[in-house]
Amino acid sequence: MDLQTTIYLVVGASFALYIGIAIWSRAGTTSEFYVAGSGVNPVLNGMATAADWMSAASFISMAGLISNMGYGGGLFLMGWTGGYVLLAMLLAPYLRKFGKFTVPQFIGDRFYSKSASTVAVLCLLIASLTYIIGQMTGVGVAFSRFLGVSADVGIYVGMGIVFAYAVFGGMKGITYTQVAQYVVLIFAYTIPAIFISLQLTGNPIPQLGLGSDLVGHDMSLLAKLDQVVTDLGFGKYTTSLPGSTLNMFVYTMSLMIGTAGLPHVIMRFFTVPKVKDARSSAGWALVFIAILYTTAPAVAAMAKVNLIRTVVPGVVLKDADPYAAGSTLSYETRPDWMKRWEKTGLLKFEDKNGDGRIQYYNDKTKNADVQKKAADAGWKGNELSVNADIIVLANPEIALLPNWVIALVAAGGLAAALSTAAGLLMAISAAVSHDLIKGVFKPDISERGELLAGKLSMAIAIVVAGWLGLNPPGFAAGTVALAFGIAASSLFPAIMMGIFSKKMNKEGAMAGMLSGLAVTLFYVFAHKGIFFIKGTEYLDLIGGANSFFGITPEAFGAIGALVNFGVAFLVDRMTPEPPEHIQHMVESVRIPRGAKLVDGAHA
Amino acid sequence: MKHDSHGYWKATLALLTQVLIIWFLVSFGAGILFADWLNNIKIGGYPLGFWFAQQGSIYIFIALIFYYAKKMGDIDRRFDVHED
Repeated sequence: MDLQTTIYLVVGASFALYIGIAIWSRAGTTSEFYVAGSGVNPVLNGMATAADWMSAASFISMAGLISNMGYGGGLFLMGWTGGYVLLAMLLAPYLRKFGKFTVPQFIGDRFYSKSASTVAVLCLLIASLTYIIGQMTGVGVAFSRFLGVSADVGIYVGMGIVFAYAVFGGMKGITYTQVAQYVVLIFAYTIPAIFISLQLTGNPIPQLGLGSDLVGHDMSLLAKLDQVVTDLGFGKYTTSLPGSTLNMFVYTMSLMIGTAGLPHVIMRFFTVPKVKDARSSAGWALVFIAILYTTAPAVAAMAKVNLIRTVVPGVVLKDADPYAAGSTLSYETRPDWMKRWEKTGLLKFEDKNGDGRIQYYNDKTKNADVQKKAADAGWKGNELSVNADIIVLANPEIALLPNWVIALVAAGGLAAALSTAAGLLMAISAAVSHDLIKGVFKPDISERGELLAGKLSMAIAIVVAGWLGLNPPGFAAGTVALAFGIAASSLFPAIMMGIFSKKMNKEGAMAGMLSGLAVTLFYVFAHKGIFFIKGTEYLDLIGGANSFFGITPEAFGAIGALVNFGVAFLVDRMTPEPPEHIQHMVESVRIPRGAKLVDGAHA
Repeated sequence: MKHDSHGYWKATLALLTQVLIIWFLVSFGAGILFADWLNNIKIGGYPLGFWFAQQGSIYIFIALIFYYAKKMGDIDRRFDVHED
């Protein structure tokens, strides 16, 4: 069977499975929909949360970025897992005790103000929308390869399917569908990694393979990789750090507190049966997330090895010299996977020196030795550009694995992208229809009106996100990181102060959220354009790119959060204390006893 | 029933501080600030700083959450504020 048919078959079968489970265990009422998961074993619940959490950014994009960044890519790994520690200890149990469905509801009640809840909705919408732009980029990549079309067409198809998927509704809330998605996704991620780890190191466990010796060598895989990439002018893999140590520090912090501030993640912990479960379910979710996250570094490093091996056959395993005449791959004999990805426009070859061969190296290197070797070999610049977002999907093809493995990875990538995109759309629709329209502007809206408003806001969100996804502000994982920064700077501090400070009042919380959000957006938009519209960047105004101590816009959320805390405490000092009953409420939120079932009504 | 809510909160914060210190040390400490220095030590083929940044910190995070959940359960029972 040819590859394309196998892909259609495997992807088709996985979708049939999700839909089948969805129909079989369909949630009947709104409240059933929300508390789906309450009667479920905490381990399965953790799996479902993991599926919900791991999106196109984790599955499709992250390992590709690590592959390019080397050691510095660890910021994604630590950032997107370390946040669970904060979530488990600082937020989840208390929000569960509080007993409401959404973050704006908590903010509105704790800060006794509908304005505060409206500000929270605003923050939530901006963060979620940015998140979806990143998802759409990933969806575009997955569909373009899957259907053999350009990345732009891929996004259009993806927009249609994500919309249908989200409107189909209940899907997302049904724990068992997500468990199925998790299983597909994790097999799709780990099976190729196991194959490749075996090929390169003889060790079937990728986490150990990455720390093992290269087949037939007395040298570890990482040491070999370090040597090969330095030869080609790239930074040493195990130490290379794009940007400064300070930037890595705040970037990691930003992702961690963003994780703990993202509404669609927090929501999962609102609905577990007990406060006790809210604590441990974060742990179970992290166990299942970690299976992918500890495999990702192996995928990243090994994909780099295999890419270089493809372009310069013999360089890794046979210790060949990449600069020797005729050692690089001739374009005519390039493998089929390159041809397939060329169609998407995400992999490009440009024969700069007209020798009909592919040269892949860092032509901007400052290493004089490398520059000299390249010049002597007649190289006139790097000729192969590989979009970081294709690395994971192309990985099994690069390693020449069997067709069914390639097909499985396609199915996994689509599952990851669709489930999270749909989940976010539902968070947006709930925020607009429930928290904003019903909660603030028009409390007497009919249930049908609420539903319609929700669908409309989903449609608008997806069109906007798709349109911005055509010219994305960065790679999928980078764009998603911006969303985390926005959540980190606005929502996390407000929720945390709401629990850990009895005296924090509504003026302080609102001023904090707004200033954290404003300062972060100001810095991000300076780099990426106002509302991510290309051509509206204003870098001159802030004195050039990364002008704030070399911190990149993706990492700025942590600074925004500091501003948020600072402004909140200052304003809190100057305005009256919160009323007595709110202070009592905070005290009761802190102890587990008396936790009731969740109810969705506004207080 | 009257609980010692002050004592309970103090015990909770003490546990949080303890966990957060380890959380900070393995990720921001070993994975970032001291990574270069730790890279002089190898475990298997892994330089240690690189290992903390891309593997080790994640394993320790998991352990931390379960440790916290267990200790917190003990504190709940000690101050008699646990759920039924």
